[in-house]
Amino acid sequence: MSTKQMFTGVLLIIGIMVFSNSVYIVRATERGVLLKFGEVVNPNLQPGLHFKVPFVNNVRLFDGRILTVDSTPERFFTQEKKALIVDSYAKFRVIDTAKFYTATNGEEARASGLLAQRINAGLRNEVAVRTVQEVVSGERDELMESITVGLSEVAALELGVEVIDVRVKKIDLPPDVSESVYRRMNAEREKEANELRSQGRELAEGIRAAADREVTVIEANAFRESEILRGEGDAVATSTYADAFNQDPEFYAFNRSLKAYQETFSGGGDMMLLKPDSDFFKYLRDPKAGL
Amino acid sequence: MSWNEPGGGNNRPRDPWGSNDQGPPDLDEALKKLNQQLKSLFGGGKGGSGSGNNSAGGGGGQLPKALIAVVIAGAIAVWGVMGFYQIDQQERAVVLRFGEYAGTLQPGLQWNPPIIDEVVTVNTTKVRAASFREVMLTQDENIVEVSMSVQYVIDNPENFVLNVRDPEISLQHASQSALRHVVGDTTMDSALTEGRVAIAGEVADRLQQYLNDYGTGILVSKINIDESKPPAQVQGAFDDVIKAREDEERVKDEAESYANGIVPESRGRAQRMLEEANAYREQVVASAEGEAERFTQLLTEYRKSPEVTRERLYLDAMQAVLSNTNKVLVDVEGGNNMMYIPLDKLAPKAGLNAISGSSSQGLTERQIRQITDQVTEQLRRDVNSTNSRRGGR
Repeated sequence: MSTKQMFTGVLLIIGIMVFSNSVYIVRATERGVLLKFGEVVNPNLQPGLHFKVPFVNNVRLFDGRILTVDSTPERFFTQEKKALIVDSYAKFRVIDTAKFYTATNGEEARASGLLAQRINAGLRNEVAVRTVQEVVSGERDELMESITVGLSEVAALELGVEVIDVRVKKIDLPPDVSESVYRRMNAEREKEANELRSQGRELAEGIRAAADREVTVIEANAFRESEILRGEGDAVATSTYADAFNQDPEFYAFNRSLKAYQETFSGGGDMMLLKPDSDFFKYLRDPKAGL
Repeated sequence: MSWNEPGGGNNRPRDPWGSNDQGPPDLDEALKKLNQQLKSLFGGGKGGSGSGNNSAGGGGGQLPKALIAVVIAGAIAVWGVMGFYQIDQQERAVVLRFGEYAGTLQPGLQWNPPIIDEVVTVNTTKVRAASFREVMLTQDENIVEVSMSVQYVIDNPENFVLNVRDPEISLQHASQSALRHVVGDTTMDSALTEGRVAIAGEVADRLQQYLNDYGTGILVSKINIDESKPPAQVQGAFDDVIKAREDEERVKDEAESYANGIVPESRGRAQRMLEEANAYREQVVASAEGEAERFTQLLTEYRKSPEVTRERLYLDAMQAVLSNTNKVLVDVEGGNNMMYIPLDKLAPKAGLNAISGSSSQGLTERQIRQITDQVTEQLRRDVNSTNSRRGGR
């Protein structure tokens, strides 16, 4: 009994060991190769539960999802020899598991490193034939597209991975260049501010001048109007006078002269030297002069 | 394969290494055997009687066998119960059976065999958000600082779980790339002002395109450009532009206030000039009419008796004139033609009279009287009467 039971126990343990060694799971997120004594016998394992011969078959599993290579920012020179700091990333996925296994020993870090090198080389070449303007705005898509195309061919052939795309995250100017850009921006703003201020002064001067003109015109027109009115008055008065005085010009002259004498001598400071034989004094001389 | 060897009841013992048989049948048989042995171990009574070999331990194994059965049944029950779980209304569950995708489950009470199935629940209605703040180049090679927030939901849990490693980090990368791309196509003025909405829209399109390319299962629901401003190094200059704009307005307003001040004033003055001119016209016309009328009336009377009227008018006028002036009667024919008249003394007196006030008049008059004692009594009286009249005025 006891030997028998012990025997079955051992048997059970061995059985479990062998079973666990012969069953494996490929998750939906994984890709895998089945090896037989190190040789690839099934390069494309489907997700699910699989069996293998223990110790004979080996399974290598890789991440089959889309992976990211985040390369470090690097300094590149454009066509006009300006430096740009470009930070990019690439998305790739293992497609040819056998090739991937042979090229990188299934090590993802190695694949990433190789891709990053190639991406940087590609970026260097692509940036070198473009101007800053083209890299920054005009041809970003084309640049990325041509790197992606160039890279995916090589990557598929050599690494067994598919490059889905390469994208630039950052395109920055080096710090010293940034400084000069800031200086330029400051200068531009200053220009704008000055322009605005002098525009303001220009408009203000215009407004003032227009107001002054308006004032002058208003007053000139008023002067004209008033002179016309005065003239009308003078004309009416003159004709009135003429009509009246023409009735007897001699009497008018007499009467007006008397009035003029009175007004002329109304000042009080005048002195008259008179001869007593003037007409006015005739009764002073002779009380019977009129007879 | 050693598990074949100890089969006590087995009448076909063999060595697997020696035989030419294939693996799988061997395995099957081995399993069958194992099963048998287990049966004999647990259900000792029945199995034992069949084989007749292990009857020795049959009686003693009764109680442990039952215990073991209970334990196993309990384990199965626990296993079964552990398989129940609920999926919230907000969630979807991605089921992996032995690692293989086996479907996406809807909300409700669900059961999946534990260990065999792996269940990953993903919240598909929660709006998630990610924010970035980046300094970047614009099309005109200026630098702006933009902060953006992305709101997104997971609309395809299967893709989200299975397709991409770290989908949310992919989202970050893609957002940065898309934002920089779009801002790189925009001028700084536009990026800082009215172009923000357009930028957000373009970034959303571009980002969604990237995410679809990667198959992340993420749906971008909204992109907000929270802030776009010039970098701190040039903030002062930008503020100054705003100030300059204010200054422009201020100077303009000042000028307008000046204009608004002087134009109405001048209209007022113009009005005054016109009124004055009107007044003048009325005045001269009225006075002309009055004078003319007066003359006409006088003339009418004069014509009735010209001699007398003429004389009267003359005398009235002369009286008015002479009573108002200093007079010296000179009778030249009287022979006293070497008369001395101190005109220089008389003339200033008249000037002084005109200028000075009444207080100094008394003294002046006395002096004059002393100086002009040669002048006739008549004249002296006249002078006195004239001055006293003026002083009283």
